[in-house]
Amino acid sequence: MRLPDKRCDMAAAVAHIKDGDTVMVGGFGVPGTPMALIHALVDHGARDLTLIKNDANEPGMGIDHLLQSGQVARLITTHLGLNSHAIDLMNSGRIKVEFNAQGILAERIRAGGAGIGAVLSDIGIGTELADGKQLVEVDGKPHLVETALHADFALIHAGRADTFGNLAYVATARNFNPLMAMAATRVIAEAETVTPLGALDADAVHTSGVFVDHVTELGALSKEYAVVQR
Amino acid sequence: MVVNLGIGLPTKVVDHLPPDFPVCLHTENGLTGIGPTLPADQANRNLIDAGGAYVSTVPGSAFFDSATSFAMVRSGRLDLTMLGAFEVSRQGDLANWKIPGKFSPGVGGGIELAQKARRVVILTTHTDRAGNPKLKDECTLPLTARGCVSRIFTEMAVIDVTPKGYALVEIAEGVSLAEVREATGAPLVVSDTTLPVF
Repeated sequence: MRLPDKRCDMAAAVAHIKDGDTVMVGGFGVPGTPMALIHALVDHGARDLTLIKNDANEPGMGIDHLLQSGQVARLITTHLGLNSHAIDLMNSGRIKVEFNAQGILAERIRAGGAGIGAVLSDIGIGTELADGKQLVEVDGKPHLVETALHADFALIHAGRADTFGNLAYVATARNFNPLMAMAATRVIAEAETVTPLGALDADAVHTSGVFVDHVTELGALSKEYAVVQR
Repeated sequence: MVVNLGIGLPTKVVDHLPPDFPVCLHTENGLTGIGPTLPADQANRNLIDAGGAYVSTVPGSAFFDSATSFAMVRSGRLDLTMLGAFEVSRQGDLANWKIPGKFSPGVGGGIELAQKARRVVILTTHTDRAGNPKLKDECTLPLTARGCVSRIFTEMAVIDVTPKGYALVEIAEGVSLAEVREATGAPLVVSDTTLPVF
């Protein structure tokens, strides 16, 4: 048996993204943010997108390029504190922002990837994050119904991949990537190196290639991946 | 002891711990065993804390995804979290994520940390930039969590949240009791004994 080769040109992979699609984007700050795939999506030009990402990176970095190009209608996120531009867009009503508690965003995505309709939690009861959410009682205690999140596409960054799309992440670049890689109809992964089958130890794989549709090798990394000089 | 350091003043604590200090620091972006921060020329581009500072690992560190990270938080694996604050109430309510109309960057992991860490302490300036007390009778800003705060550390004092209200535990060198009272927005319970000075 031979596992299929999912290597794909980056532009060809993102070309499937349509206007109005929902796109999950991995990363927490720079680590794990698929900078090259984001640029490919800017070049592709799909508009009216709903992005699901932990944060909005920083001005001029990561998904801020998609905010600047006006391709984003809605952002489901946890924290925009490092991107004043994203906060301006939100405050002026040019993008809609839905804030989630960070671990609840992770669980909603995990549920979407695990084929579960929703998760229940008591996080945020009594705060404005509970507004509009269904409340149910389990074991005599109130819980909020946190509906699963599923996307049309997920853009993933991995340290290493093989040609089947098995992925291994590095350090804190893991974050939301393995969760989002399970929660989209079509999953596109960029990897710093793509190895032949068998070169990635089976025990070192964090995301099975079963979840991944396209894998693309980055080659030389752009400056955007580097340590941020503050 | 497993400890999470919130974004802002608390994350700076990592660089003030002795190398053999027996603690496991957790950061919500997926690391247990945080080591000291690193200057840009020594930093690992893939290794940050939740505030974006470049940190290091220690022998025994582990990486994990965001769902696992908050599984630790919600299931009570954190013995302590040190958080920043905009306002604290006498009942230990915490507001630290939103100032309507002025500052609304989102809550990040704050609600889960405040609601689920076994002990929540606050590291903050005693007053805001305009000189208004951060320790109040009631919070006026949107809450992060109710009744979660047990102790507050400021540049002026260490104060406990007790059933009787704010109780002064320690006072900073050169600061008078009158000054602490003046900068605190609710009555202070002061014991008869001499207060430790820091």
